Amino acid sequence: MLNGGHRMLAYIIRRVLQSVLVLLIVGLVAFSMFSFIGDPIDNMLGQERTQADVERLRERLGLNQPFPVQYLKFLGEALQGNFGMSYRQGRPVSEILIERAPATLELAFMSGLMALAGGIGLGVFTAIRRNGVSANIIMSASLIGVSLPTFLIGILLIYLFAVELKWLPSFGRGEVVAIGGWTTGFLTESGRKALILPSITLGLYQMTLIMRLVRTEMLEVLRQDYIRFARARGLREKSVNFRHALKNTMVPVITVTGLQLGSIIAFAIITETVFQWPGVGLLFINAVQFVDIPVMAAYLMLISVMFVGINLIVDLLYFAIDPRLRLDQKG
Amino acid sequence: MTDMDTQIPQTDAVPAAPSRLQRAWDSDFLYAFRRSPVAMVAMLTVTLMVLAALLSPLIAPHNPFDPATLNLMNGFTPPMTENQFTGQSFFLGTDDQGRDVFSTILYGLRISLFVGFAAVLLAMVLGVTLGLLAGYLGGWTETVIMRAADVQLTFPAILVAMLIFGIAKGITPPEYRNEVAIWVLILAIGLSDWVQFARVVRGATLVEKNREYVQAAKLIGRRPGAIMLRHILPNVLNPVLVIATISLALAIIAEATLSFLGVGAPPTQPSLGTLIRIGQGFLFSGEWWILLFPALTLLTLALSVNLLGDWLRDALNPRLK
Repeated sequence: MLNGGHRMLAYIIRRVLQSVLVLLIVGLVAFSMFSFIGDPIDNMLGQERTQADVERLRERLGLNQPFPVQYLKFLGEALQGNFGMSYRQGRPVSEILIERAPATLELAFMSGLMALAGGIGLGVFTAIRRNGVSANIIMSASLIGVSLPTFLIGILLIYLFAVELKWLPSFGRGEVVAIGGWTTGFLTESGRKALILPSITLGLYQMTLIMRLVRTEMLEVLRQDYIRFARARGLREKSVNFRHALKNTMVPVITVTGLQLGSIIAFAIITETVFQWPGVGLLFINAVQFVDIPVMAAYLMLISVMFVGINLIVDLLYFAIDPRLRLDQKG
Repeated sequence: MTDMDTQIPQTDAVPAAPSRLQRAWDSDFLYAFRRSPVAMVAMLTVTLMVLAALLSPLIAPHNPFDPATLNLMNGFTPPMTENQFTGQSFFLGTDDQGRDVFSTILYGLRISLFVGFAAVLLAMVLGVTLGLLAGYLGGWTETVIMRAADVQLTFPAILVAMLIFGIAKGITPPEYRNEVAIWVLILAIGLSDWVQFARVVRGATLVEKNREYVQAAKLIGRRPGAIMLRHILPNVLNPVLVIATISLALAIIAEATLSFLGVGAPPTQPSLGTLIRIGQGFLFSGEWWILLFPALTLLTLALSVNLLGDWLRDALNPRLK
């Protein structure tokens, strides 16, 4: 087993190094955006400038240093959370990001929760009632749901619940309460109401994904001998389905949900635009529209750290959970 | 897998034998097609839409982007009703500027389909080339290409496309941005989508390159480029076709999404996504037709291409036969 332990350590080290390399490459892309798109000097100095001004600023910003040195400095600044000034808003990017983050995180949390609860519930239901009419309707609906672009789902919900029924607001976060630096919409009624439609829009795709996965896994597990024996032992149907079957489908469901966390944050860009939700995604899309490079670069780096981190954790968890991987691992 | 008969010219058919058309009609592939009503309806829908897009200057009642043919008095005419000022009536109504919605959809469909097909073509050429190189050459070529694929796969394609669009927009001087927007869009979607092609082609190439016909081709001294293009490529095309169809649906949706978000087709060359973006603004004032018809067109198109892709995947999968 000593050998296995060594292999595991080697695998972990290799995997971590890979992740660091990916982040360095993303950092290089972000830095190149800064250096090659638009001249930062142009952005900072107005029309009335002299050549001496330009030279002085170039000196002060370190733009006359060699590329690798500038890159390292850029990485160092980024690690300390300094992403420069937004061209459009004229404020530090990190300040804007911190201000916008709670909106996106609350939205992502709610839609993730909805996707998980709804997906598991519907997945179990469609697996148990495999040939039932309602289960088949749900399955067909999920197929259409996957083909529907996110933004159309959002518009449809706005039309139904905001325009026609007038039950829920169609844009914004409603009233928010500030607790320290965190603004939350959970504490006011208008805030909670405003969360409903965006969460459904963002979570629907993940919900269908989890539902289909749970259904497939459940059907697989329900055919196994131990389920048949559990039934033979006279256990109640509910206990067989939930205590025995569902429990054994949870590993893939948790990994997929973990991997989907990143996509939820990314797809929040679309949902936030449809609902004018003042989060990081809307900030990013506005940055792309107005070519606000520092904001784009900062968003790119933040989201990469998140994606790469999630992937790394999921991979390592797999390795820890599934002993077969440890044996089959080739050098 | 088909064998080398793709190499042999097929003009030597004996006159008494069934014609090529007849043989094609009787092939497994078309037999499966004739047996699937879903595939036939989807194919018909896609064909009609492509034709409508190609012929839009002929079909459209007027050119919605020629200001001379527009009359502002026609603005906000509901579908199939007479305008109270001009007495004109429009099949699907008009938008705020009096443009016929049916015409804008036809022209929008043209842009959506053009971007979709072009982006998939770019992704396919790039992905297949890199996949062949990685699979056939192996070594560091393979490592670099497949690592790059892994890195890109870490991020959702739509996010990659947004970033490429943003960067390309930043590089273009402001006065040209609208003109090149369509090409930037094709580039962004195409570059965000090559990975699937590369992975599948690499996998298939790894299998094919150890087959006898490849060994034989090597022995008679064909060069690697020729072996890859003339011998391996024809034998890995089936999965490429399936991925291309599914990618087309994804590319059409990606294009619509980007244009809807305002980082795609410009208002001067609106695609279906741009039209939906414009239409969303009139949802609250009750002019539902400006939004609904472009949205339905997009949905029908994406769903049909998706169904076609699903069917194709099953039909071309030898294990399901």
